[in-house]
Amino acid sequence: MKYMLKIDNLGKSFIIHDLQKHIHGCRGISLALQHGEFIGITGRSGSGKSTILKMVYRTYLPDEGEIWYDSERWGWIQLSQRAERDIMYLRMYEIGYISQFLNVLPRMTAREIIQQAVREKGSSEAEAAAEAVRMLTHFELDRELWDSYAATFSGGEKLRLNIARAMVKRPRLLLLDEPTASLDMHSKMRVRQLIEQLKREGTTMLGIFHDIEFMRGLCDREFKMNQGEAVI
Amino acid sequence: MMHEDTVLLRAGNLSKAYGNGCSRCESPEARNLEKNYCPHCGTVYALQDVSFALYTGEILGIVGESGSGKSTLMQCLYFDQPVTSGEFQLNSYKGGTVNLFEESDQVKRYIRNYHLGKVYQNPMLGLKMKFSSISNIAEKMISAGHRNVGVMQERASELLSHVNIPAFRMKEAPQNFSGGMQQRVQIAKALSNNPPILLLDEITTGLDLSVQAKVLDLIKTIRRDFQITMMLVSHDLGVIRMLADRTLVMLNGRIIEHGLTDQILEDPQQAYTQELVHSLL
Ligand SMILES: Nc1ncnc2c1ncn2[C@@H]1O[C@H](COP(=O)(O)OP(=O)(O)OP(=O)(O)O)[C@@H](O)[C@H]1O
Ligand SMILES: Nc1ncnc2c1ncn2[C@@H]1O[C@H](COP(=O)(O)OP(=O)(O)OP(=O)(O)O)[C@@H](O)[C@H]1O
Ligand SMILES: [Mg+2]
Ligand SMILES: [Mg+2]
Ligand SMILES: [Zn+2]
Repeated sequence: MKYMLKIDNLGKSFIIHDLQKHIHGCRGISLALQHGEFIGITGRSGSGKSTILKMVYRTYLPDEGEIWYDSERWGWIQLSQRAERDIMYLRMYEIGYISQFLNVLPRMTAREIIQQAVREKGSSEAEAAAEAVRMLTHFELDRELWDSYAATFSGGEKLRLNIARAMVKRPRLLLLDEPTASLDMHSKMRVRQLIEQLKREGTTMLGIFHDIEFMRGLCDREFKMNQGEAVI
Repeated sequence: MMHEDTVLLRAGNLSKAYGNGCSRCESPEARNLEKNYCPHCGTVYALQDVSFALYTGEILGIVGESGSGKSTLMQCLYFDQPVTSGEFQLNSYKGGTVNLFEESDQVKRYIRNYHLGKVYQNPMLGLKMKFSSISNIAEKMISAGHRNVGVMQERASELLSHVNIPAFRMKEAPQNFSGGMQQRVQIAKALSNNPPILLLDEITTGLDLSVQAKVLDLIKTIRRDFQITMMLVSHDLGVIRMLADRTLVMLNGRIIEHGLTDQILEDPQQAYTQELVHSLL
């Protein structure tokens, strides 16, 4: 059986040097995602859910364990040992990450942000423009906001834009860290539709959702964390 | 952006000492690794075995405390300063097969004129303050062999309007300009010969916040429009977070840590980097 992502005995702790402290992140995490599968991670606050996603995305470096990924370009690779350059490539073309925090560039409009994301995938100017309109419409972002700077948006507006930006890239593996945290019911349903659509298109997903019922309605399997250890 | 995997620039064991050294600091082993300064003879080891690669299309950030060697690194790569030892290859010149530090002055000038553009923190170092903005750009173009005045003027105005200098002010000398405008003229000048690499040393330091934001915007637009690769020195981690794909951390003339920018900022490995990140949060 070939997997999209296979995590073996992953562990991470943070050393805060000036306080001479070790903070436990997570330990002994093993999980495997099949192609096209959607696993939801649950566990109490501080159990290490986000830490796992960030290690897959290489924002955090693991202390122990391995993260294997089936790359379209290079095949079966160990993400935590791959060159920075290759991780940049994977972030551009293969692996997406959505959190509730939008790191937008100042003075870029909502439309430009989406267009740029589409262009980075190699699409034409015209395709990018059309796709931006499609996404901004889908997420029901006020038409007046399309050409306003995203930095001035409300939390929910930023979040919708954030999701739209990650989704237009059609990543093969999408990491979702509470993407619906501050959304109203209606926007949440929009996100849900898109996640369902991505799933139909074969996107593999690993996600964290504060709304467990919402998550259970979407994911194929649940991975429960307990004190930073898996209890499947 | 980033479609190729090529290394555009490679620096290997680059070292730079200000001073001649003495018997107590000559061998690297004898040197106190914590410091870059010999108390016996006053020699400053501003760069010590610095090695890194710069990839096509990326923005490589360089951070570190004052005196850690960031500007010296940029100066050595732009041949403003001779190095003590080390290697420097550019893929755009002879396929990266020669050590540019060992080439003739003529080759170095050629590299400066065609392959690199540099923007200094202090516009006085990068511009002739009494010449018009157009002449400043023309001067750089002349050094790269351009002779046609009409062509140079056209190119200069095109670049100046790209960096938002209004047409009616292009004939003015930069000494009359605000700090932000002077930086924008420097950027236009650095771009004039279409170099594949831009070296940017603290280009927003000392500017008002709103002016800083405009200069940073400009860097983003330039990256998008010119597909240019950049090295960006800044002590401002906000600037690094916004612009740099990868980041090098320098301390006492050495690279002590490197990584993807979000990793350096969120999961720094070295105690020093952690301190730097925490102090600037
Ligand atoms: N960058 C970091 N530096 C230091 N400690 C960290 C860092 N990131 C996470 N931690 C610590 O690791 C532990 C796990 O954090 P993590 O964010 O993974 O939890 P979580 O399960 O996502 O919690 P929540 O549901 O509240 O988001 C926590 O104790 C946290 O303080
Ligand atoms: N021309 C020079 N002659 C002698 N020493 C020098 C010279 N230029 C720099 N130095 C020394 O070399 C070291 C590195 O200086 P450099 O200017 O590269 O630091 P920097 O990292 O750019 O600092 P800053 O953040 O303050 O600009 C410092 O100790 C500095 O005093
Ligand atoms: Mg979390
Ligand atoms: Mg400096
Ligand atoms: Zn000495």
